[in-house]
Parts: sequence; C-alpha cells; structure tokens
Amino acid sequence: MGKTPYDEMYLRGSTGRAHYLGYSRWLDGQPGDRLAQKRAEADALFHRVGITFAVYGQEEGAERLIPFDIVPRVLPHEEWIRLEAGLKQRVRALNAFIHDIYHDQQILKAGVIPAEQVLCNSQYRPEMQGVDVPGGIYAHIAGIDIVRDDLGEFKVLEDNLRVPSGVSYMLENRKMMMRLFPELFSAHRVAPVDHYPDVLLDNLRSVAPIGVADPTVVLLTAGAHNSAYFEHAFLAQQMGIELVEGQDLFVRDEAVYMRTTQGPQRVDVLYRRIDDDFMDPLVFRPDSMLGVAGLMTAYRAGHITIANAIGTGVADDKSIYPYVPEMIRFYLGQAPIIGNVHTWVLRNPVDREYVLAHLPELVVKEVHGAGGYGMLIGPAATKAEIENFRRQIIATPERYIAQPTLALSTCPTFVESGLAPRHIDLRPFVLSGREVTIVPGGLTRVALRQGSLVVNSSQGGGTKDTWVLET
Amino acid sequence: MLSRTADHMYWMSRYIERAESVARLVDMHYRMSLLPHSPETLADSLGETMKALHMQEAYAQKHAKIEPRAVFEFITLDRDFTGSIYSCLRCARENARAVRGSLTSELWETLNSTWLDARSQIVRRSSQIDIGQFVEWVKERSHLTRGVTVGTMMRDEAFHFTRIGTFLERADSTARILTAHQADLVPGADAGVVPDPFQWSVLLRALSAFEVYRRVYRDVITPSRVAQLLILRDDMPRSLLRCCKEVYNNLRSVANEQSEETERRAGEMHAMLHFARMEELNAGGLPQFLEQFLAKLDDLGNRISSDFLVPPAEA
Repeated sequence: MGKTPYDEMYLRGSTGRAHYLGYSRWLDGQPGDRLAQKRAEADALFHRVGITFAVYGQEEGAERLIPFDIVPRVLPHEEWIRLEAGLKQRVRALNAFIHDIYHDQQILKAGVIPAEQVLCNSQYRPEMQGVDVPGGIYAHIAGIDIVRDDLGEFKVLEDNLRVPSGVSYMLENRKMMMRLFPELFSAHRVAPVDHYPDVLLDNLRSVAPIGVADPTVVLLTAGAHNSAYFEHAFLAQQMGIELVEGQDLFVRDEAVYMRTTQGPQRVDVLYRRIDDDFMDPLVFRPDSMLGVAGLMTAYRAGHITIANAIGTGVADDKSIYPYVPEMIRFYLGQAPIIGNVHTWVLRNPVDREYVLAHLPELVVKEVHGAGGYGMLIGPAATKAEIENFRRQIIATPERYIAQPTLALSTCPTFVESGLAPRHIDLRPFVLSGREVTIVPGGLTRVALRQGSLVVNSSQGGGTKDTWVLET
Repeated sequence: MLSRTADHMYWMSRYIERAESVARLVDMHYRMSLLPHSPETLADSLGETMKALHMQEAYAQKHAKIEPRAVFEFITLDRDFTGSIYSCLRCARENARAVRGSLTSELWETLNSTWLDARSQIVRRSSQIDIGQFVEWVKERSHLTRGVTVGTMMRDEAFHFTRIGTFLERADSTARILTAHQADLVPGADAGVVPDPFQWSVLLRALSAFEVYRRVYRDVITPSRVAQLLILRDDMPRSLLRCCKEVYNNLRSVANEQSEETERRAGEMHAMLHFARMEELNAGGLPQFLEQFLAKLDDLGNRISSDFLVPPAEA
C-alpha cells in the first residue's frame, strides 16, 4: 500500500508524542514480565465476570472473550474537542435527514441525493412515512466509526444508526485498566466514562411519549444466545431497567405492556437491541419470534418510543454514506468538521470504470454488509477473489462501493512477541435526546493480526481502553 | 418484576438446591459404601433412592446393573442425564445468565465460576474424580451461593422468588429421602430394635441433622425420632415443616390479585404440619402421608408458576 501509517504513540523511532510521554516513560520502567502477568490477570477476571460474547455456529453455549489489550489508546484534549464537535454535527444532520425522508423529503426534491437511492433502499421503511417521533430524534444512540489516515486526519468510515454495540466494552475496559494499573490514573488526568449508563437513561427518558411524566424504560434483547447479550444485560442492570424479550411484551389497545408478577405493566420507552426486521411479525418478518405483534400500531399511535427509531437504517447504509457531507451542508448550512473517506459509488459508471481498473489497490464493500463480511481488501486478496468480485460488481454494481485501502493508524499493542504496532479505529457513542452528548472517548478496536485492517470482534479483533486527556 | 425474570430466579435457586440435595444423597451412600456392608444392601439402598428420585429408568438405559461407582458417576457427573449434579449446575447457571442483569454481580460470579469450575473438573478428568471430594465441593458451592444470595440481594420480589424456589426444592428432596427409607421408618422398628444404627447416623449426617439430633434428643437414634426430626421440627432447617413455613411466608410477600388460592394451599400445608403429631402420621401410614405431601408440593409448584412466573398468554 506504500503509505506509512500514523503511529498514535510515537513520532518517529522511539520519541513519544507529547500526550503519550507520561505513558511511554511508565512503560519503559516496567519489568519484563509484569505486562504479561497483568494481561493474564485481565483474562481471568473477564472470564469470571462472564464478559464474553456468544459465538454463532459453535458448540452450544460457546462463549469467547473479546481480547483486551492493556496498552491504552490516548487522545489529547484538543483532538477530542474537534472530534466531539464533528460527531455532534454529523449526528444532528443524520437525524435531520431521517426526519426529512419520512416527512417532506426536501433533500430529494432539491436533488442532493437521487430519490431512488433512498426510496428503493431495503432499509427505507414506508411504514414510517408521516410518523412523528418525540423531538424528531431517530438515531438516539449512534456509533460512528472513526479512523485516522496516514496524514493523521480523522475520517468517518461508517455510521452505525441501527443497534450499535460495544459500549459495554468501553466501560469494562476502563474498569479493568483502573484495577490493573491504578498508578497510571493518578499520573494522568483521564476523562471518566462510567457515567455513560446515567446519561443513556436520562436520554431515553427525555424522549418518552408526550405527557408521560415518569416513563418506564425497558431494554429489548433477542435473548441469552445473542452475541451481544452480555452488553444488553449489563446496560439494563447499570440503568436499573428491565431486560425484556419479545415474549415478555404484548400490545393491548395500541399500548405496550410487559408481563410482571403483579400483572401487566405499561411500557413507555423501548430501547431495542434487535433489528427492524424482527420487531413486529405483523408488519415485518412474519416468522420473527423475537418481536412483539402489534408493536407498530402502538408506535404509530405515539404510545411508545422506540430507540433507535424504526427505519434509521436508511441513513447508515453504505450507499447513503457518501452523501453525509452534503447532508451537513443541506440541513445545517455548515462545512463538515470531519470528512468522509473517499468513496466510489459503483452504480455510477465513471466510478465503476475507475474501480474495475484498480481493484487490487482498493477496498470494495457490500452496501448492506456489516461486521467486516462481504468485503474485498484488494492488496490482501488473491487473484481469484479479485476476479470473483469483479464479476459480482459487473452483475450488480448498485450493491457495492469502493474506498482506497487506508493506512489506518497504529498503536503499540501487546502481542505474543511483545509490543508491536497494530491498526486501530475508534467508535464513539453519540447520544441524542433533549441534547446531543458524547461520553469522552469511545471503543477503540484493534486488529490483532499483523498487517490486518479488520478490527471486528467477529474476525479476531480486540479492544483497548480509550483515554481522552483533560487539560 | 418481569414474570420471566422471576421464573429464571426461581429455577436458578431450585437447581442449585437440587444439586446440593443430590450431592447429599451421593455423600450419604458414598459413606455407607465405606461401612462393612454386604454389597447387596448398598445396591438395594441405592436402588430405593434412585426410585424415589425417579432416576432408575434413565440409569437402566445406560447400565445393566446397579453398581455403586457407576451410580455415583451417573447421578453426579453424567452430562446427558438431566438429573445429574452436572446438569443441575449447568441449568442453574443458564437461568442465572438469562437474568444476570437482575442478580447482584457477586451472585452471578458465584454461579458462573461454580459452573466453569465444575465443567473443567468434569470435562478434563471425569474418571479420576474423587466422588467424595466432589460432592463436598458441590455442597460448599451451594452454601456459598445461598450465603451470597442472602448477603447481597435486595429484599424484594426477586429475593422472595429465589427463596420460594430453594424451599420448595428442599421440601421435595427431604420428602424423597424419607420415601426411600420409608420401609425402615415404620413404628415397629422403634422398640429398641434399631435395624442399623450406622445407617441412620450416616443419613442424619448427610442431611446435616446428626448434631441437631443429638442436641434435641440426647439419646440413641431411633427411626421414629428421625422421622419426627425431618418432618415436624420447626427448628430443623431441612424439615418439611420448616420448608413449608418458608415457602408460605415468602409467598405472602409476593401475593398478587390471583394468588389467593395458592397462598391458602401453602398456608394449609404449613398449618397441617405445624399442628400434626407423629402418632397421627404413623396411624395414617407414613408412605401415604409422604405420597400426598409430594403431590401437594407439586400442585403448589404448578400454581406458583401459573400465578406468577408463566402467566397464561394475554387474550
């Protein structure tokens, strides 16, 4: 790929960047086996506490740890201030976009985005047309994936506006770091993150249906076999709300109730962690056992708030992503603070021609793919894989986008051979309700295999504690 | 609280209690196997116990004859048999995992590490496991779980449902142990002709009742007193009366609009044991009494389920 990735810790050689000086000095002073010991300690603790994710398609009840790396990713204060402003701006625009799409569709009328791109998208939900949601907020919880390129610039790689996950690891990683290395926290002013559940609960309460003074908020999970179940249980516990499954809920007279030991109890806000498709078998997939029959009727009547709203997928689809900077200009009249990664849209003939001629250098992504699946990384692919993608692109170009192979920034990471640079990204969690808030930092994911750019936990990625330094 | 959550809590504690009860039975027979007995006596006694626990059919599918080590391994370590200690610990942990957000983190970690330890012990070297040590460990983990439950949980509905699960299961277990020994508990055996004093002391020890017996009666062990201790003593933690009292009291704390009849039946069971005398139970026949008791307990469990835990679907 040619470009040298940006190293988060070191300037060149072994000179630390200013915001990492304290840490690297501490690191140099650590006796040889202490880090290995601490890492083993962390693994044992994560197992006992059961911070695991379920693995699909393996032995029943198989649970794995997401590898936790003990070297933190540190962000200096000034960088975070800028990132935070950019993230808030982006999520405001995305919420405005979703509201517009399900109401007047001004952005389509203005010709900023081709109408068929939106209206023919499988994530567009005609059931939401004309439905008003409290505060006009659709993406209450957004996970925006940020990468840093070889020049040190932050770019948005992806918006996750449906059911973004990972925040529990952000919280548990911090807890673990404070337990393993308390001395680091007395030497650094690290912005705290553990109030996230309070902020989330406050945010969810703020979007309750109009007229509900003391809303009952619940978290809807697909159940203990879901890969993110730990996070669902964790968040419900931290917020002190019920963790419900579809079978615990029912709809009567356009209102949602849960079955309790004291009879039915009304539910006002549903923080759901299952996809639109499974939410209501009467409207979406009829074979869904996870949802609640009649939920959409209650929703459209304004008797319950669903977070995130139904139909947010229309804004985080990879085919819509290239237009987000335009949305920011269109709705907010501002220049985007954080840019996109350059993206070729393959339904567009000019872009397609370029991409087909440069496949071995590019990353090609399926528009609806997620979790690092359905992706071609040109430089790492075999000839056969490239030809296979070429055929698929020619057959159905609208299903693909392409991006340059990014030299994602690296951060020293503890691997078997010792400390070595590994590629990382960052997923901050942006909460929208009465206001837009972000707990400083987010989840840093790291590709543990040497040279790998895939940070997804389902494909061998790990996580790091993320520090935002206070001044 | 959510009905499903209450249901998981209830079963979580039932399974832990069941693991402990089975461990106690294994412990008892394991100790007996160390006494100078004829092999037939031990096999008979194991056969009766398995019968009382409805385990004999599942056992017969795997083994031709009753042989102590095979029985111990079957009801302790067998991964396919749903009644084994292994399976109970797994079910307890699965129920806990389904509601881990409603448990205190101490309780969840206790149940989780119990299961992880049991699994690694059993999967790694099931043929070399010292059964005596293993069941001792299971009892300790159960004690620990109960202690953590009582020591960390808020006194709310969730707590009461775990207690109901614990004591229903314990009542069931004690009644079944008595059933397995009902032939020896007939009043005739009382006239100074103690069939096997060692056996009684082993049974009492397995139920943590030996020292209690000594303090209460300060005398030799007779079957009739054993029955009285395990059925009618209010101060004996594993007696039927004590368990029914706990079930009744906890049930009253969670009462809802439809649970009146369930509460009445629980109260009736408690009152009946509270005012009963051993002579009456013997006159009516101890086996019949135990059979009726188990049937009532079963009915109570079903009623608790439909009143609170798995309410019939909303029309």
